[in-house]
Amino acid sequence: MVSVLKRSLAIITLLIIGYWLAQGLAGVPFGQDRMLVGKYYLENVKAQTGAVNAVTAIVVNYRGFDTLGEVTVLFIASTGVGALLWRRKKRRTAKTEGSVVLRTGSELLFPFILMFGTYIFIHGHLTPGGGFPGGATIATAFLILYMAFVDYEIPHRLFEPLEGLAGMGYVLVGLIGLAIGSYFLFDWIWQTWHWGAANLGRLFSGGFIPIIYTLIGLKVGTELSGIVDSMLTEEVRE
Amino acid sequence: MNCIPCAEYIIVALMIGSAILAVEWRDLLAAAVGMAAVSLFASILFFLLQAPDVAMTEAAIGAALSGAVVIFAIKRTQRFETEEEERPGWWIRW
Repeated sequence: MVSVLKRSLAIITLLIIGYWLAQGLAGVPFGQDRMLVGKYYLENVKAQTGAVNAVTAIVVNYRGFDTLGEVTVLFIASTGVGALLWRRKKRRTAKTEGSVVLRTGSELLFPFILMFGTYIFIHGHLTPGGGFPGGATIATAFLILYMAFVDYEIPHRLFEPLEGLAGMGYVLVGLIGLAIGSYFLFDWIWQTWHWGAANLGRLFSGGFIPIIYTLIGLKVGTELSGIVDSMLTEEVRE
Repeated sequence: MNCIPCAEYIIVALMIGSAILAVEWRDLLAAAVGMAAVSLFASILFFLLQAPDVAMTEAAIGAALSGAVVIFAIKRTQRFETEEEERPGWWIRW
């Protein structure tokens, strides 16, 4: 009886909140261009950043410091998972091997998924996507290997230094901008040298966006694979 | 009749249905699959709304990785919230 009362109270509260939100949002025009800053970005993005994809240019170039914060949030989340699940000695303890279909399919698909993830983050300034989706795609490739084979583990010796180096590389690119230009994450490749101005819309353009997105892609990929690894390995007692 | 809007309505209805099922199912493994289905439909919806980069992120993180992490957490704890729920759900009992 109490649970029914509680549940109906929750549903009524939800309906009231939903009605209130719908009333508030009904007057907001969806998809219409009302903001001046968006128009400014769309008009100046090619000249100021050299990237064809405006979304990526905003994320990495205009709002680069926010992206550094986003990478830091992911790093803290990964550190938290690692600290909570830390054991002195960890190993895979899975017992059932994946089926024949899963094993063969994962062996077949693994290089292609890796290649697609790399493609997503290298071409971030040209096509939709960027470091975060590319890194997540790479992590799913390792997740498939973890599910298919009972004794597979990621190469820890390669991944953990790579994660740290990629994070430091991002800050380093920003600091070089601070040294050359006037502010942190100044786009020195595009603004001072105009490198890649001749082939706008091809791979070698877009200032430091491909460099930063490659670093972010490596960092996100290694970090998310590390989270999967620490969730799947368990303590072994001698 | 232009049918892209009605496809969007169908996908929103599927999202709401999967979300209700993810909350209602007592079997946590099934609930995790329902949660991943919400993300999958959301990623299709993002693609139809012309945001392919958000769609890719949603498909990779929402459907694959977060679902996998929740399933690993279930594997490390328990599959049902309480002991007496460890029998087939209503969709099997019926």
